[in-house]
Amino acid sequence: MIKKIYFQSIFFSFLFLKEAFAAESGGMPQLNPEFWISQIFWLILTFGTMYVVLSKFILPKISNNLESRKSQILENIEAAEKQREDSEAKLKEYDEIILKSKSEAKTMFNQTREKVLKDIMAKKEVLDQQIDDEINKAEKEIEVLRVSAPDKINKIAIETSSELLEKLIGSGVNSSSISAIVDDLSKRNGDKYYGN
Amino acid sequence: MAANPMSQFDVYRIGPEIKIGAFDISFTNASLFMIISTVSILLVFNFGSKRNSVLPNKMQLLAELSYTFVAKMISDTAGSKAKPYFAFIFSLFMFVLFCNMFGMIPYTFTVTSHIIVTFILASFIFIGVTIIGFIKHGFGYLKLFVPSGVPAVLLPLIVVIEIISYLSRPISLSVRLFANMMAGHTMMKVFGGFVISLGLVGGWLPLSFSVALTGLEILVAFLQAYVFAILTCIYLNDALNLHH
Repeated sequence: MIKKIYFQSIFFSFLFLKEAFAAESGGMPQLNPEFWISQIFWLILTFGTMYVVLSKFILPKISNNLESRKSQILENIEAAEKQREDSEAKLKEYDEIILKSKSEAKTMFNQTREKVLKDIMAKKEVLDQQIDDEINKAEKEIEVLRVSAPDKINKIAIETSSELLEKLIGSGVNSSSISAIVDDLSKRNGDKYYGN
Repeated sequence: MAANPMSQFDVYRIGPEIKIGAFDISFTNASLFMIISTVSILLVFNFGSKRNSVLPNKMQLLAELSYTFVAKMISDTAGSKAKPYFAFIFSLFMFVLFCNMFGMIPYTFTVTSHIIVTFILASFIFIGVTIIGFIKHGFGYLKLFVPSGVPAVLLPLIVVIEIISYLSRPISLSVRLFANMMAGHTMMKVFGGFVISLGLVGGWLPLSFSVALTGLEILVAFLQAYVFAILTCIYLNDALNLHH
């Protein structure tokens, strides 16, 4: 539609022109061959120069710029990717180290605990043994003392009683009869003195 | 004289008449704008390629975007085999684009609105593509005119049509660009003339139309350069990869 209007108006404008400028118009200047050779010459000269300069100097530079930028960006992306991978690997390594050290610490702790417990147990046993020994020893001594005590007491009793009797009566008394009496007494009172 | 919409296409001599033998190669306004376009292209792309920072500045971005735009256009239409011709298509596209765009500035001259210029460019392409085709495929390139899968009865007719369409390529290519440029600029001039002739009362309508037309013409300027380049790529594709 627009095109139609466009060409119609051009057509009408030509009609209009013919009336208005019939006297001075010599048709289309494009069809006047006066400067054709000149235009061809200058066209070839300018276009040729431009083509040579563009193709030899400018376009290679632009393509070079584009290529170098592309490769630079690609390189940067690659480097970034590599660094990311590196950091990921390092992170993994770090995690592994942490896990390993954690387990190591656990085993160390367990080992030392066991060792300490063992030590404690051993020392405790030794101490228990010593305590038991000493208790036994003391018990034995006590036993010995307990066993020997009545005899000594009896002996003392017999001596003192014989001395007393001597002093009282003034004459010796048969020591065997005294001892018999003391024995009898001590046996009767034994429960009272020694808690047996 | 200035009110004539066609007078903007007049070529006139700037400076003295230069002659080589019988040929007049005087410096004209057309030559001036060819040089302006060329120099601007070279300046833009020279500044755009000087520094190479990872974060490009505006000039560098412009140059690199143009580069990738044309490179993508070529690889999409003609494949990877067309890479050696990148520089040619790039300069062709840029030359046509800059000439079209400079023509959009008031009081300038549009180089591409002259049939002789576009025809010479199209002839370059036509001759170059034909030579490339014959170098790549020898006489097998003539198979281009014999499409496969056509009934034998129709074949003579088809071959004739194909040959005619092949030979008319430079004409269609050059006339498309030239006609678009000329028509657009003529129309803008005509509407500009209407603004003057209708005066303060009625001039606003053609003025607004003229503004809209300027936008359209800038689009057309870009589009025609693009079409010119992409058709070159398609012709090149025919020469490089025989599909018929």
